[in-house]
Amino acid sequence: MLAPGFADAVHDAQGTFRAVMDALARPGLLQRLDAGLEPPAPLTSELAAIALALTDADTPVWLDAGLAAAPEVAAYLRFHTGAPLTDDPARAAFALIRDPARCPPLSRFAQGTPAYPDTATTLVLALDAIASGEGLRLTGPGIDGAVRIALTPLPEGFVAQLAENHAGFPLGIDLILTAPGRVAGLPRSIAVTEG
Amino acid sequence: MRDAPYPERPDPSPQPSPERERGPGASEAGEAGYNFAYLDEGTKRMIRRAILKAIAVPGYQVPFASREMPMPYGWGTGGVQVTAAILGRADVLKVIDQGADDTTNAVSIRRFFARTSGVATTTRTTEATIIQTRHRIPETPLREGQILVYQVPIPEPLRFLEPRETETRQLHALAEYGAMHVKLYEDISRHGHIATTYAYPVEVAGRYVMDPSPTPKFDNPKMDQSPALQLFGAGRERRIYAVPPYTSVRSLDFEDHPFRVQEFTEPCALCGASGHYLDEVVTDDSGGRMYVCSDTDICETRVAEAAR
Repeated sequence: MLAPGFADAVHDAQGTFRAVMDALARPGLLQRLDAGLEPPAPLTSELAAIALALTDADTPVWLDAGLAAAPEVAAYLRFHTGAPLTDDPARAAFALIRDPARCPPLSRFAQGTPAYPDTATTLVLALDAIASGEGLRLTGPGIDGAVRIALTPLPEGFVAQLAENHAGFPLGIDLILTAPGRVAGLPRSIAVTEG
Repeated sequence: MRDAPYPERPDPSPQPSPERERGPGASEAGEAGYNFAYLDEGTKRMIRRAILKAIAVPGYQVPFASREMPMPYGWGTGGVQVTAAILGRADVLKVIDQGADDTTNAVSIRRFFARTSGVATTTRTTEATIIQTRHRIPETPLREGQILVYQVPIPEPLRFLEPRETETRQLHALAEYGAMHVKLYEDISRHGHIATTYAYPVEVAGRYVMDPSPTPKFDNPKMDQSPALQLFGAGRERRIYAVPPYTSVRSLDFEDHPFRVQEFTEPCALCGASGHYLDEVVTDDSGGRMYVCSDTDICETRVAEAAR
C-alpha cells in the first residue's frame, strides 16, 4: 500500500518550508525538521518532506541512482506531488540525492542563466549527520562573521566543487542538506573553505 | 492607539456572526470556505520556491506568478502574497503603513490575515515574528528570527533609466550599474547634493543593485547587517527578492559625496524622541504644524512609559 503523505497537508508543508527557508537564510545553522513521514526506502523522511512541501507539476525532479532504482519511491513521489521525474540533471528544478558519495558533479545540474539565475537546480542531500561548530568554514550572506559545519559523509572533492560553484555566482546550484530530524542550507552565495 | 493624527475609521461592514466565521469546514480559526491564509497550496508552493531562490541570490528579482488578491494592485498584493506563503499558526503578525499600525492599509491587511488564518496580530514590534510593511522599517531594532515583508510597487531600480525589462535583465546580469551612478551624479550637478530621498538604490552583498521599496533613505542603514530576514514582494510587477540576515546593504554614493540620511531639527512633539523619522502634521489652516514619529508603536510605547 502507498505510504501516506503529510498528516496535515497545510501546516506540515508550511512547517517544512519555514525550516528550509530559515536554513537557507542562515547557512550553516541547523534547523529542526520533523514532518513524521514514513516514505518507502531508501527515501528518507526529510527528503520526502521537502519534496512534498516544494515540488509539484511545475518542477521536474531528478532522483539519484539509489532512489531511481526503487519503483516505490517514484510511485510515492508521483502520487503525492504530481512532479514529473527527469533523467536529465540539467533539466531538474529539484534533485533528491540519497547517496551524496555518488552525486554527479554539481556542474551537471542546471546552473541558471545570467538573466535568470533562479532557474538553477536545488539539490536536496540526505546525509548521515550534520554537526555545527566544527568542520567546513562558511562565510557570506546570512552568516554573522563565519560558521562551521561538519558533513558526514563528506564526498571526495566536494569542497572544491562547492568553491567552484560559489565562484560562478550568481549562477550555480543551491544545496539543502538534511540529516535525521535536521536541515541546513548551503546556497551558492556562500564561500566554503576547509580548515 | 493615539487619537490624532490618524484616527482609525470604524468598519462600515457588518461583522459576520460567530457561526458564519466558524461554519462547517472552517479550519480551527480561519474564515470558513478559505484555505489557511487565503492562498491555495499550489500558489503557496510556487511563491515559496521563489522566496528560496531570492534568498540564495540576494538582491536578485525572482519572477513569480502573482495572483489576483481581494484588494487592488498597489495596495500591497505582493507583500500580502509573501506573508500568506510564509505564515504559520505560531506566527504573530504586525502590519504597518508608513510606520503606522492604525492606517487603512495596515488595518485592513491585518484584519485580512486575522480572518483568513486566525493568527495572532500585534502592533508591538518586539512581539511580532512577521512584520509586513509599506514604506518604513520600524525604529525598534529587529532581532534574529523576525521577518520583515516589504510591499513593493516598482521592484526594478533601473526602470526609470531603462524601460525595457529585457535590457534591465542584461544590465543586472552584467552588473552594469553605471547609469544609476550617472543619475545620482546628475542630482549632484543640479542640486549640489544627492537629491534622491526615498527608494534610494542599494547594493546587496556586493553584487546586485536593489530597490529598497519607497522607504525614506533614512531607513537604508537599518537594512545593513540586519539580524532579521527581509523579503520583498511586488504583486503587480510579479517579482520577489530578498536580503538574508547579516548581509551587507550599501547605499550607492561617491567618495566626495558620501551617503547621508535626513536629519530633523526638532524632536517628536508627542514622545520627545530625537533620531526617529518624523511626519509633518498640519494642525490648522494658519500654518500651524507639528512633527511626530512616523512609527506609531515606538511613539506610543514611549508616551506610555513617560506617563507611568
